[in-house]
Amino acid sequence: MPGLEDLYREIILDHYRTPRNRGELAPPAVMAEGHNPLCGDEITIYAQVENGVLVDVKVSGQGCSISQSSASMMSQAVKGKSLGEIQALIHRFKVMMSIEEDADDAPVVEVKMGDLEALQGVVKFPVRIKCAILSWNTLLQALENAS
Amino acid sequence: MNTTRVDWAAVKADFPVLQRTIDNQRLVYLDSANTSQKPNAVIDAMTDFMRNGYAPINRSAYRMAGEATDLYEGARSKVQRFINARSVNEVVFTKNATESINLIAQTWGRANLSKGDVVVLTHMEHHANIVPWHMLVAEREIELRWIPLTEDGQLDLSNLSSLLDGAKVLSFTAMSNVLGTITPVKQLCAAAHAAGAIAIVDACQYVPHNVTDVQAWGADFATFSSHKMVGPSGVGVLWGREELLEAMPPFLGGGNMIADVRLDGFTTAELPSKFEAGTPPIVEVIGLGAAVDYLANIGMANIRQHEMNLTEYALSTLSARYGDDIVIHGPRNVEVRGAVLSFAFRGIHPHDISQILDEKNVCVRAGHHCAKPLMKLLGANATARASFYIYNDQTDADALADALDGASDIFGV
Repeated sequence: MPGLEDLYREIILDHYRTPRNRGELAPPAVMAEGHNPLCGDEITIYAQVENGVLVDVKVSGQGCSISQSSASMMSQAVKGKSLGEIQALIHRFKVMMSIEEDADDAPVVEVKMGDLEALQGVVKFPVRIKCAILSWNTLLQALENAS
Repeated sequence: MNTTRVDWAAVKADFPVLQRTIDNQRLVYLDSANTSQKPNAVIDAMTDFMRNGYAPINRSAYRMAGEATDLYEGARSKVQRFINARSVNEVVFTKNATESINLIAQTWGRANLSKGDVVVLTHMEHHANIVPWHMLVAEREIELRWIPLTEDGQLDLSNLSSLLDGAKVLSFTAMSNVLGTITPVKQLCAAAHAAGAIAIVDACQYVPHNVTDVQAWGADFATFSSHKMVGPSGVGVLWGREELLEAMPPFLGGGNMIADVRLDGFTTAELPSKFEAGTPPIVEVIGLGAAVDYLANIGMANIRQHEMNLTEYALSTLSARYGDDIVIHGPRNVEVRGAVLSFAFRGIHPHDISQILDEKNVCVRAGHHCAKPLMKLLGANATARASFYIYNDQTDADALADALDGASDIFGV
């Protein structure tokens, strides 16, 4: 059995204790709400998109250490990025969570994961993958609302 | 309460899954309010039937089919005696308590409720006793009213008569799956009737743990699930007063629920077949019969006493060890609560608590417990919940208390 130290890495606990980009954004920023019906976690993502770039992003809601730290790291990673870069990052993260696969002939896209690498251990605890992915699906929804 | 001596260690030994170890640690199963483990008696009854006598019920003339029908109907008689129903005709097998409540809402509800009619629920209901009524709000524009809670998680009955004024239905839990609160069922049934309403008792947390007497309650309907009372999943019970069931339209249509089918229509079978369309879960019903025998043999009064003792021990152990760092929801008095402990611990999210307890093989539920409106009242999106049953003992409560220390270590609180 994988140990809890694979899951609760120090950087994850740091983002959980002091989450980045907490708050709300007023319109014209768009928002989307995500729920994990299993555990009751709720998350709201606010996204301000200008000229194809996510110029600001905020996160509110409550949840477990994995869902909250994932949201915090995600907000850091996507802020200031183009929508194309964000799509690539979301895909890369979902591959890491083993819920998406690269096609065999897919072009190699360099995506820097940074702090997000710390969430790699989550995949050894399949029940928690939904926690880690909640904010990412909610961001996707927000970006769809923006376009 | 009259109780006799029960060998609880022998009871525990009847549950083979509790012999399982993971990482060389024993299993501490504290999720019985969710679903219970199964004793050999139930597993054997189901296996034996499938190995040696599996056959259809109510429709074939050969001997083995007759035996199967006898076993199936025998289980119905066992359930009837177990809850002191007046007649076997009042015991309908469904899929689970959820389906039982949906059946009431969709048949009795549709036949008797129209725009503006009032259904009274409580703030401690789980989704199974909320959503079927919301569906009727959407379809029939009925009105829902809610009995609020007191500070310590009991029903606040101070405005009961005005809430019930003009109501047609009072539907409430006999025991909260989150707070453990045992509600005054008899009093609520009487109040409903005084107001001209029918009383529906969601008893799925109550029947597995207490002496149940639906006639003494004075209820009109009661619902519960096999899987929470050491029986298999896939079967539940709807008990209803015979005259109400007689007057209700059928629920699902199909074989077994008909007396006659013509090209231009059908007539329904007599009770209880009227509400049992299609081939029922035969194996599971026979398993439920064995579960009822198993529980009755221990004695429901003994079970209640065992759980009161265990709840008292768990409450005082956790409070003594963690003081204000642990908040246990629901009444402190074990006379009015079952062995369900929902708690908050040092600000650590319940999902993380559950993960860390799992490291010690301590199985608890983390989440909203299918009771989101109640969670909102508690000011939480989720709680961790430990629930105890006949196969738990003080060492399990100790294991829970010990394992919580691990959560503090990881989160540094």
